[in-house]
Amino acid sequence: MSELASGARVVRALGARSIRQTFRRPQLISPIVVFPTLLLAIQTGGAGAGIELPGFPPVQSFLQFMLAGSMMQSMMLAGNSGGIAFAVDIEMGFTDRLFASPIPRFAIVLGRLAGTAALGLFASLWFLAIGLIFGAHIEGGVPGALLAIALITASAIAVGGIGAAIALRTGSASVVQGLFPLVLVVLFLSSAFFPQELMIEPAKTIAEYNPFSFIVEGVREPIISGVEARPTLEAVAAIAGILLLGLGLSARALRHRLRTG
Amino acid sequence: MADSTGKPAIVVEGLERSFGDVLAVQGIDLRVDEGEIYGFLGPNGAGKTTTVRMLTTLLLPTGGRASVAGFDVAGEARQVRASIGVALQEAALDPLMTGRELIRLQATLQGLPTDAGRKRADELLERVGLTYAAERRVGGYSGGMKRRLDLAAALVHEPRVLFLDEPTTGLDPVSRKTIWEEVQALNDDGTTVFLTTQYLEEADQLADNVGIIDRGRIVAEGTPEELKGEIGNPHIELTVGEGAVPEAERAVAALGELRPRKGDGRVLLEVENGAADIPRVVRALDEAGIGVESLELVRPTLDDVFVEKTGHHLEAEDGQESDAGDEEPAPA
Repeated sequence: MSELASGARVVRALGARSIRQTFRRPQLISPIVVFPTLLLAIQTGGAGAGIELPGFPPVQSFLQFMLAGSMMQSMMLAGNSGGIAFAVDIEMGFTDRLFASPIPRFAIVLGRLAGTAALGLFASLWFLAIGLIFGAHIEGGVPGALLAIALITASAIAVGGIGAAIALRTGSASVVQGLFPLVLVVLFLSSAFFPQELMIEPAKTIAEYNPFSFIVEGVREPIISGVEARPTLEAVAAIAGILLLGLGLSARALRHRLRTG
Repeated sequence: MADSTGKPAIVVEGLERSFGDVLAVQGIDLRVDEGEIYGFLGPNGAGKTTTVRMLTTLLLPTGGRASVAGFDVAGEARQVRASIGVALQEAALDPLMTGRELIRLQATLQGLPTDAGRKRADELLERVGLTYAAERRVGGYSGGMKRRLDLAAALVHEPRVLFLDEPTTGLDPVSRKTIWEEVQALNDDGTTVFLTTQYLEEADQLADNVGIIDRGRIVAEGTPEELKGEIGNPHIELTVGEGAVPEAERAVAALGELRPRKGDGRVLLEVENGAADIPRVVRALDEAGIGVESLELVRPTLDDVFVEKTGHHLEAEDGQESDAGDEEPAPA
């Protein structure tokens, strides 16, 4: 078996373990599914009339508008949960078992990210299903849905990279867990839950430059309008930037951990 | 001990590890031959785990060098990892995995093909007596079951050298004995075992050679018998009653070397030939008309060796520090 095939097999096995770990630990899966679903229900039920506001983008329903934000929230919490689970592995010494095995050590990070990507995929499917069940249209059709799923899955890898880096650097599950409120701050300072045009300063400017706004718009566009090149490319660029940052920080944190034990 | 080839499985020269200005391991040297069980004995904080982490490539040395299975731990770490099995302190197991999932994951990590990994998992679970619990989550296992599972995971690729870091710490005597039997059986099959322990009896029972580490330095090394021989002969401990001690000492003085009185009606006589000297001692006391309440032949223990070499007891300290967790490095 080639080195690459062997590495891919390890990443797949560690990814599968990571998914099982998340579904077997309620405190990891509930923020990914329960919390964003409840928030979606509350916001859709309570602020549905918001689509009548002047300047609100043309949408079929508030639920249709909100789907991208809920997917983003779920995906980011999946990244955070992945970081928590990684830190728990470090705390209980499970990563020592992995570090003592004859595998490329970055495969340990990639395995974790593969699991987080699968959770991102699950999150996007979950919210698309909820949207369709409750009457939201996917204007971009099947290609639009696939694009939204692909962007959320790729984002999960990118955000998971940052979670993994913090886990590796601190080795503390409580520190990673402490970032949970930050996820919400980042989301509320983006266009995830409210159109950028209707925000007031300074939130509006922050949202304008927040890379997560670009990802949200890339996911939202095929749902509320159809597949378009510009928001898609902007989302891809934002994901690539976060991914490079996450992987770079993870690689650095891994080196530090291996050096200091 | 399995038949030793005389070839070294582990060679350590001047190995050091510092954490900031704290020197946890201070230039140790040791050699473990293939087929040997090497007992690495020391209290919490002595540097045992730090040494094992360096030998298993989990921690880079800050000085000296070490090779395991012929590969340098710093420059050929991947080859070292392919040659060793590791069961670390506190059994690093995922409580959410089942026993079978863990062994199969370990098989994948060691590069075994899927079918071979499945077969190996069945064999190992059978070997450590966990087939009945294979589908249960590890979180529900007892301490002994976790240790056996950890050992099975370490054996998945039939390693040449097995590192066991305090494999029986916290276990009940029955589970401890089960692990000892398994370690002995592995060694009989030719596996070299590097065993760290804070239990003197464990080192005495299992190890062909023992290294005693204290405050980051190896203070004694040899077979358990050699080490015990270094600190003197066995002694006969006679209980004769408080008033008869001087008379009893006079009666046996010519048969060995008297040790200082403890003032509790006992006479301690160091003898050269061990059990063979007992009849002569009994006859001498009988001829002097002294009644003996009890008689015991006491051989030097590894604890005596430890006290001799370090100035303090090992197991008494463990009692005080048994829950201390990971090691605290000694000051430089």
